[in-house]
Amino acid sequence: MKAKEKESSSEVKRTTPSGIEIPMVATEAMHHRNGEAPGDYPYTRGIFPDGYLGRLWTMRQYSGFGTPEESNQRYKFLLAQGQTGLSVALDLPTQCGYDPVDTMARPEVGKVGVSLSNLREMEILFDGIDLAKISTSFTINGTAAIIYAMYLATADKAGVPRAKLTGTIQNDILKEFVARGTWIFPVRPSMRLVADSILYANEQSPRFNPISIAGAHVRDAGCNAVEEMAFTLANGLAYVDELLARGADLNGFAGRLSFFFYVHTDFFEEVCKFRAGRRIWARLMKERYGATDPKSCLFRFGVVCGGASLTASQPYNNITRVAIETMAAVLGGAQSIFTAAYDEAFQIPTEESAEIALRTQQVIAHESGIAQTVDALGGSHYVEYLTDRMEEEILRVMREVDEYGGVVKAIEQGYIQRRIAERARQRKELLDAGERIVVGVNRYQRENEESSVRELFKMDPKTAHNIVAKFNAIRDARDNGAVERNLARLSDAASKDRENLMPYIVDCCHSYATVGEMVATMKKHWGEFQEPTGL
Amino acid sequence: MSLHHKRILVAKPGLDGHDAGAKIIVLALRDAGAEVIYTGLRKTPEFIARVAIDEDVHAIGLSLLSGAHLELVAETIEWLKKLGGGEIRIFVGGTIPKEDRQALFDMGVIGVFTAEMKLQDVLAEIDAALSGVEDRD
Repeated sequence: MKAKEKESSSEVKRTTPSGIEIPMVATEAMHHRNGEAPGDYPYTRGIFPDGYLGRLWTMRQYSGFGTPEESNQRYKFLLAQGQTGLSVALDLPTQCGYDPVDTMARPEVGKVGVSLSNLREMEILFDGIDLAKISTSFTINGTAAIIYAMYLATADKAGVPRAKLTGTIQNDILKEFVARGTWIFPVRPSMRLVADSILYANEQSPRFNPISIAGAHVRDAGCNAVEEMAFTLANGLAYVDELLARGADLNGFAGRLSFFFYVHTDFFEEVCKFRAGRRIWARLMKERYGATDPKSCLFRFGVVCGGASLTASQPYNNITRVAIETMAAVLGGAQSIFTAAYDEAFQIPTEESAEIALRTQQVIAHESGIAQTVDALGGSHYVEYLTDRMEEEILRVMREVDEYGGVVKAIEQGYIQRRIAERARQRKELLDAGERIVVGVNRYQRENEESSVRELFKMDPKTAHNIVAKFNAIRDARDNGAVERNLARLSDAASKDRENLMPYIVDCCHSYATVGEMVATMKKHWGEFQEPTGL
Repeated sequence: MSLHHKRILVAKPGLDGHDAGAKIIVLALRDAGAEVIYTGLRKTPEFIARVAIDEDVHAIGLSLLSGAHLELVAETIEWLKKLGGGEIRIFVGGTIPKEDRQALFDMGVIGVFTAEMKLQDVLAEIDAALSGVEDRD
């Protein structure tokens, strides 16, 4: 019986979630010989010769909720626990460009992140935190230029030189149109704002990453790992083209482009996705764009472990999933890692769950030993085979987008959106049919599962009310004449094609103009993105 | 399946941008024979109610993952009543905590669906709820 089972399982064709064939035993003949050392072009084995020996990855937990005061407390707690960077979650009104008093905003003020409608709120958010020492990442896109300007203004007021600021704004608007949904303006003016902020950041805060080109959200929306990497690299090239069209020097900005991905539970596919991505990006920068500075070819990326791979059923299983995913991220060479809390699938993490998520990284960093040598998996026949195959598949999907007419057209016409929706449905059908196993969901379920976590996060019901009251007070107290003058200058600049808007936005922030006011000013000239809804 | 003669509006109220679930439901309902209209992101309850009435739909599927489901579902129902569409049935999908399910049913919602439910079960529930509506009307 046992022998028979074994025989039949060796005959079944097995594939990774992206559809790449998994050999029963990988051999040397299945992959090209890789003589690279870590830190050698095209960086399959990592961008640094010494891997994590010189510097461990940044442990950066995404958090933020409610009022800036509440989030400030959470940040101080996380820093005291040994976290090395902050990652700010913003509420949807701030992300979509509405002030908390706007009717569109009201039900969602302070809900999925912190409300940051003006400079005063950001000053409170970072009160007592040294911006010269702590790097801060903002998951912000539609209003990225504004939030970055507000961060500069916060540093200005605190007396921190802009050149000392480190951190990241996500600022990847292209994937918002296809997956995450916090777009505001149409594609082309949105691209202008991205280019404006990157160029301004290169000059004003050269250690700050002005963009993090993100595949994480298309992945979470349903794409497989190949498509995640392919769509992200294609978006990356679109930003490079935009910046070059603005007359920027490739070697001046390429080294500050960074990337962001999800890691789901299929361990080897995730490791190889990163090895392949590094190789493709380096070759594109050098061979297609003629980069001469080696820094321009470095594919630096952060990851989030969790997301759609986590389940609301049997939520403690998520701790195991995140541990596996974190190991894949480390063996794939990530520069920063965010581990999701086990309860993220259904609520804002509690202090307890957030702490376990961080401890997971610390156990892997300090107990597992996997970061003690560089690219521990390099040279494994299976890993090299899968890296080669992922590379081929990623390049194939990138060609398909090119053949459609490039990323901007593919987004405006809904091509990528339809591909993602189809893939999401396919994934759901595989799960429903039990062809892809998810423990606790379609295998090993428990009957009548009730109250599955010990501690539930409770939002203060007065939060939204407090935020609105404070918003009104700040607006009453500021110099409204200065706000009007600065908004008028922003409006004038927005009406001209080539002017960099960043200095005007920074001035607006300094005078406590609100996110909603600045967005409305630009909307007057540019209008809003019209979402293609055909499926 | 009797979804064949049903018209359904799938809508994303509020600012939440997670649309994978909504789109999966659009495709699944369409394959089950329903005529489906999808609003796209960032619609107000008033807008959704007006479209539902103009398009003469049997039901609205509201997809919410931002935590604002109680407010936005209640507002949509209010607008439907105000505009004369009180007979239109509502089902809800997304990140809905167990504690909030009953409140939604108390508002008159006919089904609450989460990502881990099988699509066939979701469709069957919608089908059952809507055939009941037909009989009464």
